Amino acid sequence: MKTNYFYGLFAGLGSLLTGMKVTLREFFTRKTTECYPENRSALKMYERFRGTLELVHNERNEHRCVACGICEMNCPNGTIHVHADVVEDENGKKKKVLREYEYDLGSCIFCQLCVVNCPHQALRFSTEFEHAVFTREKLVRKLNREGSVLEEKKTEDKL
Amino acid sequence: MSSLKEHILKIVPEAEVSEGEVPVVNVSPGAFRTLAIHLREDAGLQFDYLVCMTGMDFGENLGVYYRFRSTVLRQELTVRVETVNREQPELMTVADLWATAELNEREVFDFFGIRFINHPDMRRLFLRNDWVGHPLRKDYDPALNDVRLHSDETLDTAPVLEVTEEGVVEEKENVVFGDSEYVVNIGPQHPATHGVLRFRVSLEGEMVKKVDVNCGYIHRGIEKMCESMTYPQTLALTDRLDYLSAHQNRHALCRCIEQAMGLEVPERAQYIRTIMDELTRVASHLLFWSTFCMDLGALTAFFYGFRDREKILNLLEETCGGRLIMNYNVIGGVMADIHPRFVEGVKEFIRYLPGAMKEYHEIFTGNVIARQRMRGIGVLSRDKAVSFGVTGPSGRASGWACDVRKLKPYAVYDKVAFDEVLREDGDVFGRYMVRLDEITQSLRILEQLIDNIPAGPYSVKTKPVVKLPEGSYFTSVEASRGEFGVLIESRGEKNPYRLKFRSPGLPLVSVVDTLATGNKIADLIAIGGSLDYVVPDIDR
Amino acid sequence: MFDFSVITGWVDRMLRSFLPEEATVLVEFVMIGVAILLGYAVIALVLIYTERRVCAFFQCRVGPNRVGPWGLTQSFADMIKMLTKELITINNVDRFLFNLAPFIVIIASVISFSCLPFAKGLELIDFNVGAFFVMAVSSMGIVGILLAGWSSNNKYSLIGAMRSGAQMISYELSIGMSILTIIVFTDTAQLSLIVANQADGWFIFKGHVPAFIAFMIYLIAGTAETNRGPFDLPEADSELTAGYHTEYSGMHFGFFYLAEYLNMFIVAGMATTLFLGGWMPLYIPGWDGFNRAMDFIPSLFWFLGKTGVLIFIMMWFKWTFPRLRIDQLLTLEWKYLLPINLVNMFVMVMVVVFEWHW
Repeated sequence: MKTNYFYGLFAGLGSLLTGMKVTLREFFTRKTTECYPENRSALKMYERFRGTLELVHNERNEHRCVACGICEMNCPNGTIHVHADVVEDENGKKKKVLREYEYDLGSCIFCQLCVVNCPHQALRFSTEFEHAVFTREKLVRKLNREGSVLEEKKTEDKL
Repeated sequence: MSSLKEHILKIVPEAEVSEGEVPVVNVSPGAFRTLAIHLREDAGLQFDYLVCMTGMDFGENLGVYYRFRSTVLRQELTVRVETVNREQPELMTVADLWATAELNEREVFDFFGIRFINHPDMRRLFLRNDWVGHPLRKDYDPALNDVRLHSDETLDTAPVLEVTEEGVVEEKENVVFGDSEYVVNIGPQHPATHGVLRFRVSLEGEMVKKVDVNCGYIHRGIEKMCESMTYPQTLALTDRLDYLSAHQNRHALCRCIEQAMGLEVPERAQYIRTIMDELTRVASHLLFWSTFCMDLGALTAFFYGFRDREKILNLLEETCGGRLIMNYNVIGGVMADIHPRFVEGVKEFIRYLPGAMKEYHEIFTGNVIARQRMRGIGVLSRDKAVSFGVTGPSGRASGWACDVRKLKPYAVYDKVAFDEVLREDGDVFGRYMVRLDEITQSLRILEQLIDNIPAGPYSVKTKPVVKLPEGSYFTSVEASRGEFGVLIESRGEKNPYRLKFRSPGLPLVSVVDTLATGNKIADLIAIGGSLDYVVPDIDR
Repeated sequence: MFDFSVITGWVDRMLRSFLPEEATVLVEFVMIGVAILLGYAVIALVLIYTERRVCAFFQCRVGPNRVGPWGLTQSFADMIKMLTKELITINNVDRFLFNLAPFIVIIASVISFSCLPFAKGLELIDFNVGAFFVMAVSSMGIVGILLAGWSSNNKYSLIGAMRSGAQMISYELSIGMSILTIIVFTDTAQLSLIVANQADGWFIFKGHVPAFIAFMIYLIAGTAETNRGPFDLPEADSELTAGYHTEYSGMHFGFFYLAEYLNMFIVAGMATTLFLGGWMPLYIPGWDGFNRAMDFIPSLFWFLGKTGVLIFIMMWFKWTFPRLRIDQLLTLEWKYLLPINLVNMFVMVMVVVFEWHW
């Protein structure tokens, strides 16, 4: 009993000192905090990071969306609305043309089904992550850029 | 297998028993209670663990699937019970035989309206008390319940159905908390409930007299949502159940769908899945350690755990594209191949973590205050653990070998050597140590796998529309906090007829009352922390 | 070494030269009051900033670094925020006691603060039972905490206040005992004399083992007295959300907050005064050059420096250890600290009676 009392006391004190040793060592090690807004220029997200959905545009302002609506169908949350016009081409064939690719970032659950299921690889996730806006309406975005058109299939490939 | 069938037919001659790996017994509600008692107690059956209890709307009638497992004889059984009618669905309770049924029966009542006779507490579990109807019934009309803007009144009495000696069913009321009790709300907004969980705690000074769990503050109806989704779409929701076991949950659902389809998953994908599962487990246990220390007041330790968990999240983000919502497993494999830097990153992490673990032990495990607060507090016996269905590290701390990875190896768990960490103490300290030791075991698994990922495809192509053959399928995996099971009832369509997640979280909270009663408030927090439940997993 | 009584004496003479006796006293009262409150506020702000930084460094973080250079004006900004925040009136509280409680806490803290001998000639309240006076006044704070818990009409607050009561009453004993040990040794309870008696060596060195043990116990009990981790049961954020001050908002909460930090300063300051020689410089017998160099450091810095080290140790405690449970807390006091303290005091009496000291 007696020995237990003193043993307990000193063992306890010892364990406390061990803990204090650890914290003191950490006190002098380099800190792990990311100083976010300052390191903005150096900050690089992992390339697979799903920040926001993006309709791929090439340098000629062309996208690959044929407005088939498979992404809209696959979306579990009703995030995507593809608005298309039906246009007749020179051969008289009716064809859907993308008017507006509407995407609601606020309700997107980043399941990637739209990207995976797109038959033309027209979509991808970009790594942009600074989404904060003041109203929810601003989260509804139009993904096709102004004046963008469907990318022509490279005819050389067929020849 | 056939002896099991014979045995059951001896008890209930009119039951239909199907053959198969897991026999399904179709029994009438009248004979169910008799069968249940025999299942629990007969020497040849000994089904002491109620794995999963699934309320069903069979169309004409309502009913329940009970999935039992015997921890002694290692056999499984499903019992299918249908109620007599839809208008007044009633079944006999089994909460006195399997303690886990208590909350599960309340859940079934909440969603299907099946009332359980002799159940001590037939309040709703998740939904508001003024909710109209039972939402998982197929004839439920959502228009009945608009958004309510007033707060829900908490009931201090619970309705009960009791059967008298003459066999007449009577409605009665049970008192949950009397007028003279000092009832304190812990939660739904409380630093130590780790989410929006609410305990109503009756106190006698510092001592806890009774804990009443109120769930449902983050209930999203994921099971109901899944019924209107295609199979690939349902996958996205699993990451949002127990968000600390995102990979494992999704793994379970993918496996269940793949098994139902008869799809063979490429070996590379299996390896990747196993690695991801273990990384998730390590991350989850690190988070456990951090938050547990914080619950006990050691805030600095919390940051050390998070600092190291961050390294795993970076690895996962690099490959999966998300830190919490991984979205990585898909039907037939994984979403994308591992990142070229992944293997090196994992190896570096395996080298790094043991040093950090040493620090954890120095700062917290050895600490005299922490030890005294953990030792001998909230002891859960093995029998109770099985009866409550407390799986995972918490169950293993009570000496119950319940690791699904060992019981029914899936993915590549049969190809790696690792120990199932078991302890006998069953107290807070035991649960704490099991988790820390499991981190070491997980690192061992990772070490064996990371260099041996076979080449090959990471996924098989599936048809754009996935349809499962008619039937009922159940699969479980070992998630970070216990057995995570998925039950899919398919009617051959592209969306599930019923999808049930057996969450490890619900049994964990159901045991809080038993463990905390007679201890102090501080112990209640320590017990809650050591059980390590995740609230969205309880509420689903 | 610079003596502050030169300044105070000069001010006194100057005032007396053109003011009557009563007016002089009145003006001096006001000046001292302003100086005390100013010092109190500044020290509190500095401490809050330091605590946040130190805590962050223990936790591999950077801590506040946005407001001003290195975040130096962070706590000042916090104070402005606190001052401008609404004092929320809560239904069904005992309004008078509810509003009174923070003032009792802060007044107790300010009075004990003004008893500390900060530097040579800078003692505000100094009389022959100074040490007891500090103990008596600082214990008054507990009344405020109990009132706050009781009048809040909140169950968390009540539990917190009850814990606080049990804790304070227990640890007050240990504090008293360890102070007594020193008083036995030094033969006076006047704080200025206690400091003066340490001119030839701090008590922690001069007083043999008993003084060292008393110092350790004082430090532990003092941490408990200030309701700081690992003894922060009355607040116990993971159990009782915020304990006794759950329902307080704005500056009323601010008073509790300031008092907590200042109590830490007072405990450390008393420890310095009693054990570490107060504002006395560190002398090493025989090293005359070193001793003379030490004399160049002003006495105020010596006091603040020693107090600062003790405060750092207390922060170090807080940010390393998990919180005790109520039974552990009482076990520590009644089974360990108190018996050890009694034995220790007895040993000290023997030391004094048989003149074992030099």
